[in-house]
Amino acid sequence: MTLAHFLAVNPPYWVETLTKIGIGLVAVLLPTGALVYLFLFKMMSFMQSRLGPMEAGPYGQLQLLAEFGKFLQKEDIFPSKADRFVFAAAPFVVLVSTFMLVLVLPAGPDTHFIDLNTGIYFAMAVSSISVIGILMAGWGSASKYSLLGGIRAAGQLIAYELPLVLSVVGVVIMAGTLNMKGIVAAQADFGVWFIIPQFLGFLIFLVAIQAELTQPPFDMPVAESELVTGYLTEYSGIRFLLFFIGEFATAAVFSAIGATLFLGGWTIPFVDANAEIMDYIGPLVLAGKMILIAFLIFWFRITYPRFREDQLQRLAWKFLIPLSLFNIVVTAIFKVVF
Amino acid sequence: MPQLPGMLVGLGVTAKTFFKTVFPDGPTKPPAPSKGAHTVQYPHEKEAPPARARGVIALHHDNCTACMLCARECPDWCIYIEGHKELAPPRRAGGKPRQKNKLDRFDIDFALCMYCGICVDVCPFDALFWSPEFEFSEMKIADMLHDKGRLADWMHTVPEYPAYEAGAEVKIKKLPSPSS
Repeated sequence: MTLAHFLAVNPPYWVETLTKIGIGLVAVLLPTGALVYLFLFKMMSFMQSRLGPMEAGPYGQLQLLAEFGKFLQKEDIFPSKADRFVFAAAPFVVLVSTFMLVLVLPAGPDTHFIDLNTGIYFAMAVSSISVIGILMAGWGSASKYSLLGGIRAAGQLIAYELPLVLSVVGVVIMAGTLNMKGIVAAQADFGVWFIIPQFLGFLIFLVAIQAELTQPPFDMPVAESELVTGYLTEYSGIRFLLFFIGEFATAAVFSAIGATLFLGGWTIPFVDANAEIMDYIGPLVLAGKMILIAFLIFWFRITYPRFREDQLQRLAWKFLIPLSLFNIVVTAIFKVVF
Repeated sequence: MPQLPGMLVGLGVTAKTFFKTVFPDGPTKPPAPSKGAHTVQYPHEKEAPPARARGVIALHHDNCTACMLCARECPDWCIYIEGHKELAPPRRAGGKPRQKNKLDRFDIDFALCMYCGICVDVCPFDALFWSPEFEFSEMKIADMLHDKGRLADWMHTVPEYPAYEAGAEVKIKKLPSPSS
């Protein structure tokens, strides 16, 4: 999306870049806050027959601001034996991976940050940068809990990256393009959203992002009963907040990616996908679909207890990966035959 | 996948709880989560504790003989007792004056107390009682030490004994009523 598109002026490069950064921040933080409030605070409370935050603002709507202020006030503690640079940089690496994911998300025919021909490939690639950040956090903390948590996280994220990518491959075969906008356009051309022909792929995608986000039932890296909070153990104050934002912002972005791949992105059935108006209501449609997928993620999170580490690895390597390979083969056969 | 049906049942359980909490009067009525939730929004509405709840310990100091049993059995050593002997008038005319233990000090430090209730159990003279009151927090930890007078004030909140079962009425007389 260009600023000229909205303002009918041609701003200098730096103004446009700053605007894009601002819009990017809003595009990441607003859905993140919405998800945390809607699902983590409220839906989780209702599913446990309690009310959740009620004091800050009406129905606790300002609770997130209160939490933000609380984290800002806290001391930024470094463990004495920590690798200071690695420890300090780790949360930013995780956050950068999240913000780079948003770049390729299209929210309308002209509303996008970058239109990459290899959009989904780029997204899958930068999403694995967060593994490095988590390993840095685990190693830099100089704590055995953090190290174990970091290594568990690395093992888990690498294991679930495969079914994630392989389930996306099914969609890519059907769409015939790696471009995110191309995938959305292909769904509009195909008639139905890819969730119907790719239902198996959608299920694998859901399980895989659940593990990618280290949400329960796949939260062994932060298993509080065994590892305190894993790689987060030594973090406090603003750096902990950054990890927290990173975790839930990634949940929001992955939900949006899932909505783009399987639920038709910004399009609405029976409405012309390339109409001018879609630039304005497209983001809202995408947000609605994102909340739908995030609802599933958080529903699973609230319902299921934690897996054991070996069960998790077995599920990934022995079940999900063969299943997604099978999905690719079947999709390819249908693509060639019809 | 033999686990799959059970997993779906689990999703159903959370979804059912969600709707029960948000729509306690059925889906046609407006949502009322504060009615459907099992929790009590404490500072705004007060929960009624069960009658025999262990909130705070009350002292009926006419019954206390400063025998120190409670202080010695207290696992936290949070009961402080001082007393002296004084003479009481004789029971019968012309008799010898009786010796009685007079209670000077009876403090319970509720900052140390762990509410085990052993003192209430061991008291042979029924001088200590459980009261269901629980709102006695203080800004200063030293104020958590309740002296004789404050412990006696809690006696107003001690509930009466529950009624005995039919046929066990005889035993009532042996126990003094906490309000006497």
